[in-house]
Amino acid sequence: MAANPMTQFEVYRIGPEIKVGTFDISFTNASLFMIISSLAILLIFNFGSTKKSVIPSKIQLLAELSYSFVAKMISDTAGSKARPYFAFIFSLFMFVLFCNMFGMIPYTFTVTSHIIVTFMLAAFIFIGVTIIGFIKHGLGYLKLFVPSGVPIVLLPLIIVIEIISYLSRPISLSVRLFANMMAGHTMMKVFGGFVVSLGIVGGWLPLSFSVALTGLEILVAFLQAYVFAILTCIYLNDALNLHH
Amino acid sequence: MIKKIFFQSIFFNFFFLKEVFSAESGGMPQLDPEFWISQIFWLTITFGVLYLALSKFILPKISSNLELRKSKIQENIEAAEKQRESSEIKLKEYDEIILKSKIEAKNIFKNAREKIIKDINSKKEILDKQIDDEISNAEQEIEALRKVAAEKINKIAIETSSDLLKKLIGTEINNSSISAIVDDLSKKNKDKYYGS
Repeated sequence: MAANPMTQFEVYRIGPEIKVGTFDISFTNASLFMIISSLAILLIFNFGSTKKSVIPSKIQLLAELSYSFVAKMISDTAGSKARPYFAFIFSLFMFVLFCNMFGMIPYTFTVTSHIIVTFMLAAFIFIGVTIIGFIKHGLGYLKLFVPSGVPIVLLPLIIVIEIISYLSRPISLSVRLFANMMAGHTMMKVFGGFVVSLGIVGGWLPLSFSVALTGLEILVAFLQAYVFAILTCIYLNDALNLHH
Repeated sequence: MIKKIFFQSIFFNFFFLKEVFSAESGGMPQLDPEFWISQIFWLTITFGVLYLALSKFILPKISSNLELRKSKIQENIEAAEKQRESSEIKLKEYDEIILKSKIEAKNIFKNAREKIIKDINSKKEILDKQIDDEISNAEQEIEALRKVAAEKINKIAIETSSDLLKKLIGTEINNSSISAIVDDLSKKNKDKYYGS
């Protein structure tokens, strides 16, 4: 019963193997939960936006509160110039949030606990933000690596550090989300295993831990989605409003 | 019995814990690249569809709905403000009308009073005049009567005294001598009889 706590992260095929050239694009449990999360988001927000009543229903209120929450987050961190990227950041936040939250249901698969998924999102954001920066400021975007008010002697060192920190953005962004989700789920699994192995006599302590961890993990699921979205906003802010 | 369960559980604990820790060395499935391409592919499709559906269909609706509500609330506030203003104007008009009608009522009352006082005064004057006239007429009549009364009394006195004398004495006495006496008496006692 005390299974390997990492088996929950295993990806397996659902249905036949699909190959395009040498690439395996089979439908897996990860794909299933990506589709479930997206469908849940689309359903909730579709029902929340079809009726246009002045006094909103509960689901409409949910959709509108999420909308204004993300809109406020973007305008607070990236200003009004980030308005065209609202839809992207909104879908990013919702996608990560729903994937995290669906992962909290027992026997489900957590899409965001896979480094390749989070890294693809982070890499897309990184490349997109860099392209936006170069389009908006041309080569002047390179001034991002040269902070103002730094002594010339220190400048080569600072520039190297800035470039490294800039390039490590996608890694830190993806690893943060992936590691948080993986660590949390592994911990819950381990404590669950303890509950079973310690039995009815000693199992209460790990069970209470497990209950507390579930609450913590739900908080982390929301928080990591928020952090992911807000860091995207901050990177976008760097690209849109060059402050250095 | 309880002791047995306790020891058994401890024994099984070790058994399972061993399994837990031995299984943990299996490695991370995340680093197995077998399904990386598949995950990238499905992530692109699902996230792409999600982004397109949200940005093209759903988010514009939510945003227009929010705008609609904002403008509706603004409109309602403006309408309420307008109605408040109009009601204030009406209240002012009402106050003015009330004030005007009060003044009018006062004027009407005043006029009526003046008119009535005038009427009363004129009627009183006429009445006074009539009363005065009647009093003076009556006084004249009384005066005339008084004058006539003295002569008549004298005449009566003369006649009665002549009759009395005739019966007492049995002879006719000259009326002129009696009248002389009566005149003399009446002149003497004029104040006593008529009170001037």
